[in-house]
Amino acid sequence: MSEFDAATAGVQAALDAGARYADARVMHRRYEAMAARNGAVEDLVQREDAGIGVRALVGSGWGFFAVPDLSDAAVRQAGHQAAEIAAASARVAGAPTELVAGQPSTGSWASECEIDPLGVALSEKGDLMVRTTGTIRENGADLAEGLYQIWDTSKWLVSSEGHRVDQHIRESGAGISATAIGDGETQRRTYPAARGQYGTRGWELVDELDLDAHAVRIAEEARGLLSAPPCPAGETTLILGAEQLALQIHESVGHAIELDRILGWEAAFAGTSWLDLAQLGALQFGSALMNITIDPTIPGALGSFGFDDEGTPAAPRDAVREGRWVGVLAGRDSAAVAGLDYGGSVRADGWARLPMVRMTNVGLEPGPHTFDEIVAATDDGIFMDTNRSWSIDDRRLNFQFGCEVGYEVKNGKLGRMFRNPTYTGIGPQFWRSMDMLSSEIVPWGTPNCGKGQPGQVGHTGHPAAPARFRNVRVGVTA
Amino acid sequence: VSELAIAQQTLELTTSAAPRAEVEVAVDRSRLALTRFANSVIHQNVADDTTSVRIRMHLDGRTASGSSTLTGEAGLAALATRTVDAVRVAPFDPGWPGVAPRAVPGPVAAVDPATADATAEARASLVRSFVDAAGGLEAAGYCRTSHWTGAFVNSLGQELTGESAEASMDGIARQAGVDGVARLASSRLADIDGGVLGARAAAKVQAGADPVELPPGHYEVVLEPAAVADLLQNLAVWCFSGKALNERRSFAELDAAQFDARVTLVDDPLIAGDGYDTEGTPHQRLVLVDEGTTVAVCHDRRTATEAGTTSTGNATGAASWGAFPLHLQLLAAPGGDGAAAVTEVDGPVADMGVAALVASVTRGVLVTDFWYTRVLDPKTLAITGLTRNGVWLIEDGEVTQPLRNFRFTQSYSQALEAGAVLGVGSAAVHLPDSWVSARWTAPALHLASWNFTGGASG
Repeated sequence: MSEFDAATAGVQAALDAGARYADARVMHRRYEAMAARNGAVEDLVQREDAGIGVRALVGSGWGFFAVPDLSDAAVRQAGHQAAEIAAASARVAGAPTELVAGQPSTGSWASECEIDPLGVALSEKGDLMVRTTGTIRENGADLAEGLYQIWDTSKWLVSSEGHRVDQHIRESGAGISATAIGDGETQRRTYPAARGQYGTRGWELVDELDLDAHAVRIAEEARGLLSAPPCPAGETTLILGAEQLALQIHESVGHAIELDRILGWEAAFAGTSWLDLAQLGALQFGSALMNITIDPTIPGALGSFGFDDEGTPAAPRDAVREGRWVGVLAGRDSAAVAGLDYGGSVRADGWARLPMVRMTNVGLEPGPHTFDEIVAATDDGIFMDTNRSWSIDDRRLNFQFGCEVGYEVKNGKLGRMFRNPTYTGIGPQFWRSMDMLSSEIVPWGTPNCGKGQPGQVGHTGHPAAPARFRNVRVGVTA
Repeated sequence: VSELAIAQQTLELTTSAAPRAEVEVAVDRSRLALTRFANSVIHQNVADDTTSVRIRMHLDGRTASGSSTLTGEAGLAALATRTVDAVRVAPFDPGWPGVAPRAVPGPVAAVDPATADATAEARASLVRSFVDAAGGLEAAGYCRTSHWTGAFVNSLGQELTGESAEASMDGIARQAGVDGVARLASSRLADIDGGVLGARAAAKVQAGADPVELPPGHYEVVLEPAAVADLLQNLAVWCFSGKALNERRSFAELDAAQFDARVTLVDDPLIAGDGYDTEGTPHQRLVLVDEGTTVAVCHDRRTATEAGTTSTGNATGAASWGAFPLHLQLLAAPGGDGAAAVTEVDGPVADMGVAALVASVTRGVLVTDFWYTRVLDPKTLAITGLTRNGVWLIEDGEVTQPLRNFRFTQSYSQALEAGAVLGVGSAAVHLPDSWVSARWTAPALHLASWNFTGGASG
């Protein structure tokens, strides 16, 4: 039985059991990761999983059942059970769930990949991890860590409306870190980012990172941070590096514009959103420099795909235009509730999980400045780079971030290093204070976005560049 | 085919291909079902039945792991071949600790069949009770049942099987931006009363109308069990990990009086029905903090070897994190294992155990829950986060005024140091896991000081 045949049988079984709509995803994923510590391999993992998840709509609620078995009997049973579970929801039912109309998609899509990451010799990949962490350790770090991860996912979608889509997505990435341990504290520097850098690309992405070239620097910086002065406390002009701004976008914009949160579907756990649909199209989210797009078509970015997990073809969409909130991340069901005419942002982290609203690539369009120009135009402020901690409230409004390193900015120049830099604020106030934005965009990948119950881990992309913000509270400590 | 048969077959396939290898094989079948509600309606209702096989092997100084959900003959053969191929070219692993010796696990909690085989109708019925008890307030949350069966074998002859089941419910009631929460986990679905939990969540909402902002500062606090669970989670990951201690990143210092004498922390996965860890080492009841003195941390075989000790049976399969507590409990007052039963009370306070602590506060803050806590430095356990699901001012032993949520930046180790714990609740509550796949049992805590650094609304 082919994967499409299995999905078709699962859908039919759900319809036969009473579903008025059903779809099924067959997925086959291979995952490889290697972690190294202090010049030795700590863990090598290779996983393979395959299965089918059937989603059935009965009345107001979804039913979902998944099994790692593509036999005819198993997929039909999965379809039947999905409909049966959905029917049980009638005990606490609401208005019937509708789906925004769309042309059923058919087609194939594959991410670009120059070097098959699973085809690169394990010894070569291992040597890279061992060599770089060894260098970090030899240059002053108490703890040197490295990690690469590879996902190779094939998936097939069939729906009762006629969707028939297959995709092959390869994702790769890596990162290294140096930790220096002092008297009662630790300091850490990472490259290229706290979580590494990831994309829908092959091993060429890891090659381009050139981890070797940065191993000595991060070891020395981590050691140097132990004796650096602490970040001053107060209100100041803040310049953020691109990687930190990517996470700022993720947490304070990306999650806030998820329509399921706005509608209260995630209220008990991930939370809601401070955004009110009545203000869509009118609310001034940020300054005029703030242009945020939802764009799953960016080649190589981690949140890219050809079709989302409901079969909606990938297409760019504005989320914030010249500071004004104009778009959301939606699925076909949430869009119907909100009276919108688009979905396109629904994904599951595997065949065993229900697809839900997820960020794709949510990021900034380039600004008119450069990082050097931003620093040169700043008389007094702090530059913070590379995320170390992140926390935001359940409405995605009040945030506090810590960075690995800060630098004094005086009279247009970068000065001494600060340790333990933190900043805090309120989302819209913060974004409205952005008065300079660089054109040096990088599509940072976040491979660990948690959401949903049972929990799912999403892969998202965030184009971002250095930017400047005014009157930001910094230096919050315990 | 049983999990043990799959494990034995996989071990045979692997050792046939690499006779000199040290090999361990774990097979886990997880049946997870979760009925989720929002806006007082069940909107997502999911289940899966997944069996996975994991091999870890060591050959000629090299180590590799592989896993698969393809458990047919071809799938197992491919997994064995792939893992053997990987181990032959993997980099050297000088820290390999060897596979676990044969050992017999201790007794674990019996499995409740009604929980293991709970139906979607049974979960929906509990949701109905929660929503009805919320009395017209908007309700959201989940009811979850899970059933695990597993087997473990290794090349030293260790052969284990296990089974556990758990039920949990976690829900909020909401109105006009005010939320209240109630949550509970148990090995028996019958222990969970959706009506009681819904009413408790609703009582918090009703007592939370028109909250006011309190200035930032250090306040005496009473933390309800849900908030204490966050302390336990952060202590588990950052403090009681043997790996973190080996690497000098942990605050823990063995045989040092690091906590108030009222604090006794015990890890006991056996209560939850889990008999062995991912390396096949039997779980045990492990005292981590005894009346304020840190006496142990959790080890897997690798971190134990590095530390010159033995595994505590806390391997998680996540080498980067190492071992950590799997069911961390803060013992209820007066320090013994026998906690009082949870007794409902009127108003926003979760139960009688919390109410008794509130009564001893002259001026302080009652916190229901914490949210999005993140460590700023693991060595100091400085953590930032927010309050959630209900905060009140306490004056002269009475809850007097609902408050808006705070952001805090607080060293958890300082919050629990000698003299800082003014009281421990009499009733410990078993709480469901969230992100970290571990369990928590917590009473309320009365702490001398908590550093609220700002209002969450700005």
